[in-house]
Amino acid sequence: MRDLVIIGGGPAGMSAAIAAFEQGIRDILILERDESLGGILQQCIHNGFGLHKFGEELTGPEYAWKYEQKVRELNIETKCNTMVLDITEDKVITATNATEGIFQLQAKAIVLAMGCRERSKGALNIAGSRPAGIFSAGTAQKFVNMKGYLPGKNVVILGSGDIGLIMARRMTLEGAKVHAVCELMPYSGGLARNIEQCLNDFNIPLKLSHTVVQIHGKERLEGVTIAQVDENRRPIAETREFIPCDTLLLSVGLIPENELSKAAKVDLSPITNGAVVDQDRQTSIPGVFACGNVLHVHDLVDFVSEEAEIAGKAAAAYIKGNTGKKVEIPVKTDGKVRYTVPQVITEQKDITLYFRVGNVYKNVRVNVTAGDKVILSRKRPKVAPGEMESVTIKKDLLNNVGSLTVSLEEL
Amino acid sequence: MFDVAIIGAGVVGAMVARELAKYQLKIIVLEKENDVAMGASRANSGIVHAGYDATPGSLKARLNVEGAAMMEDVCKALGVKYKRNGSLVIGFDEEDRKGIEKLLEKGKANGVEVEFLDQAGVRALEPNIGKNVTCALYAPTGGIVCPYDLTIAALGNAMDNGAELKRNFAVCSIEKIPGGYEICSENSRVQTRCVVNCAGLYSDTIAKMIGDHSISVHPRKGEYILLDKECGGVVRNTIFRTPTKMGKGILVSPTVDGNLLLGPTSVDKEDKEDKDTTAEGFAEILGKAKEYVENLPAGKAITSFCGLRAAGNTGDFIITSPEQGFVNAAGIESPGLSASPAIARYIAGMLREQGLDLAENPNYVATRVSSHHFRDASLEEKNAMIKANPAYGRIICRCEGVTEGEILDAIRRNPGATDLDGVKRRTRAQMGRCQGGFCMPYVTELLAKELGIAYEDVTKCGGKSVINVEKTKGGMAQ
Ligand SMILES: Cc1cc2nc3c(=O)[nH]c(=O)nc-3n(C[C@H](O)[C@H](O)[C@H](O)COP(=O)(O)OP(=O)(O)OC[C@H]3O[C@@H](n4cnc5c(N)ncnc54)[C@H](O)[C@@H]3O)c2cc1C
Ligand SMILES: Cc1cc2nc3c(=O)[nH]c(=O)nc-3n(C[C@H](O)[C@H](O)[C@H](O)COP(=O)(O)OP(=O)(O)OC[C@H]3O[C@@H](n4cnc5c(N)ncnc54)[C@H](O)[C@@H]3O)c2cc1C
Repeated sequence: MRDLVIIGGGPAGMSAAIAAFEQGIRDILILERDESLGGILQQCIHNGFGLHKFGEELTGPEYAWKYEQKVRELNIETKCNTMVLDITEDKVITATNATEGIFQLQAKAIVLAMGCRERSKGALNIAGSRPAGIFSAGTAQKFVNMKGYLPGKNVVILGSGDIGLIMARRMTLEGAKVHAVCELMPYSGGLARNIEQCLNDFNIPLKLSHTVVQIHGKERLEGVTIAQVDENRRPIAETREFIPCDTLLLSVGLIPENELSKAAKVDLSPITNGAVVDQDRQTSIPGVFACGNVLHVHDLVDFVSEEAEIAGKAAAAYIKGNTGKKVEIPVKTDGKVRYTVPQVITEQKDITLYFRVGNVYKNVRVNVTAGDKVILSRKRPKVAPGEMESVTIKKDLLNNVGSLTVSLEEL
Repeated sequence: MFDVAIIGAGVVGAMVARELAKYQLKIIVLEKENDVAMGASRANSGIVHAGYDATPGSLKARLNVEGAAMMEDVCKALGVKYKRNGSLVIGFDEEDRKGIEKLLEKGKANGVEVEFLDQAGVRALEPNIGKNVTCALYAPTGGIVCPYDLTIAALGNAMDNGAELKRNFAVCSIEKIPGGYEICSENSRVQTRCVVNCAGLYSDTIAKMIGDHSISVHPRKGEYILLDKECGGVVRNTIFRTPTKMGKGILVSPTVDGNLLLGPTSVDKEDKEDKDTTAEGFAEILGKAKEYVENLPAGKAITSFCGLRAAGNTGDFIITSPEQGFVNAAGIESPGLSASPAIARYIAGMLREQGLDLAENPNYVATRVSSHHFRDASLEEKNAMIKANPAYGRIICRCEGVTEGEILDAIRRNPGATDLDGVKRRTRAQMGRCQGGFCMPYVTELLAKELGIAYEDVTKCGGKSVINVEKTKGGMAQ
């Protein structure tokens, strides 16, 4: 029996481990399938990490290294090259590695910190052939930053997620020509700062309301046909345009990696594709917590660390026997706010609600209502799907509250 | 000089090679692509048809029924996944009902177990079936198989028994020489006593090389959409629509690996190389599939692909011998996969009649260790294998849980994978929901190491399909 087993040794897993340690838990094990800790940060060699958390601009590996050092210092046990294959409702973990084979562990508490994966081309059903030269942006990032190989010289990027934007700059710096970034929606899903620094600074055109409608080439990609889309996201035939290229990078969204959560029968949200959690990041199974990109996709790792600390602390409390719901306040949304994390409040204390909106809105008020009473209202000059928002609700505002609704009011 | 040269490493060529490897013969398989199973045998529905819909008395009907009966044993010997999941031909209206009644008669004439189901009967079998389905033909012996796994395993087994495989050998001419033939590609030649032409879409071109102009084959396109494993349980049986002149129509079927397959479309074409998927195809597939199944999880697509049927000019399989020592297996459209073991036996019989000496090979081994031997092993067996070879403890493809050991097997075992798609077809690495997003760089590395080639020379599927074009500035500095 282990006290705390953490699945995934990315920034979320490491932060959760450190937080639990600081609460006095000593029997902690991090399981990581990669050969080293750090998660996806290892391949993010650009800077812009840690601004919120450390007040300085770090690269991904530098940010991860700060946490890895701490994990080492505290002597928290880690097993790398170890893939977790299954988790049961009763918190039995099955994992495999080359030295121990397939083994099982019983945990008192589990933190799910498996991160996310990129959505693949298949999900898009793009017509045409299936040549070499089509990669998700993260795969290209791995080839370039970790393996030292350039996957192509003439590039079109579909989707304006942050990884796509970062790779537009990276491929350009490596001598490739990025002809366009096509985004299906009328706005980008990436951070404003990345559009500025990765596209505009390099004169790479961002084509909003555009998509790739056809792939050409037998062996290696020879080009793509792009087209503008109408308000229903249907391609407009007259706007079809052929762009010769040998590489198509896809940055069309991230999906939390929740196969294990499903195996454990954790309740998942159809909107975030992550677990439904309370303010402690506890899932529907007592003693199973989730944080980081496996819970909902974050744009900034700083918030991942913050969230993981909450989960690690709560896991420690759970192990010490401090469990049980005190209240039950569901948090709902109107259509404009797509989701919140947490989705339910089970203890009356100061609560920060994180949320994402479904479209770009200017000049809005974020309202939190209980029944028909607005208990909190915050103005925002602009909100966008690419940027996570938050509001903090003071403990006292939750007196006798049955449920909360987070909504947007356009001014 | 070889005894038999087989042109084309599709399922038919592979089965012929395996059948002939039972005898003391020098066999070579010539394939124009960088791997086996690159034609119709890669992209089809994978259905082992029960045999109810072929015209009674045709070669198709006979070999379908025989082949389907052999399939379970063949798959067992080769370690290929096969499942008798049953087939349902559903009807929506009176006309369909008549069609189904005709099929019932045909099925009985072909000696196939078939049964009529009313609406309640269909629903009892398939709770998710479309609301407007009124009746169905049920063929409990219909099955599913993984077509490329079958092809790879059959050829691998033939090679384990001594047959040779030459890849990237596109036959461009055949000369008669004393006692046989000389088969040429652009830069290589092979001499043989007999030739079996299993060149699929190009079997007419090959036949013409020796002056047989009786065959013509044209491509009929079939597009598919494959859904995530989450959806594999939506139906249990393979669901067909009542057939029309153009074929069996769109089907919805679980695959042996647990995905859900939707398709194929059916469009006659001229270009034998056009495997493009189309927006119209996607729309047709999803439109029809939604009528068959309620609440189809269409958003869970993980990939789409296209296969080309080799439609012959007679409507039947064209298995002929234009001259002594030369056999055509042309126009092998559906149910060619189901019939393939029987086609192979039939062709071996033809060669024997033509005087090829079929003396048994005393060292012949009929079985092959399954490509899934690790995956299917028990926990204790797996741990023993990991202990003996730690590579089985290292997971490379996370979505499908494929280990380094399995990938190395795929590269090392007959017929070894030499490109990324080859590893994918043999192990399912890169075939899961992330489609290689995570593991492609690792698989590339394993291929480069095992084949002793440069990282940037690893291809997706041979030829010019390279993955990386050059080292980065940093990579060069290292
Ligand atoms: C390709 C990509 C590029 C990104 N680029 C940026 C960027 O430029 N800037 C930015 O601020 N943010 C970026 N992000 C987001 C940022 O990296 C994440 O917010 C952060 O890394 C999330 O941390 P995490 O620990 O939740 O997930 P991860 O970093 O993904 O860590 C999850 C870890 O869990 C492990 N794991 C998963 N399943 C198992 C299992 N079954 N068994 C064992 N271990 C397992 C994984 O191997 C991984 O190491 C990027 C994300 C991705 C996917
Ligand atoms: C859309 C579709 C759905 C189908 N569904 C089913 C089904 O559900 N059940 C079923 O039983 N059957 C089905 N079939 C039929 C089945 O797939 C075929 O009958 C079978 O795969 C034919 O195998 P083959 O070996 O003849 O052809 P192929 O697999 O096409 O093999 C021919 C090989 O010859 C090679 N070749 C061609 N020219 C040359 C040359 N000049 N030199 C060297 N090599 C050459 C090609 O590269 C290829 O590898 C379907 C077919 C299609 C297209």
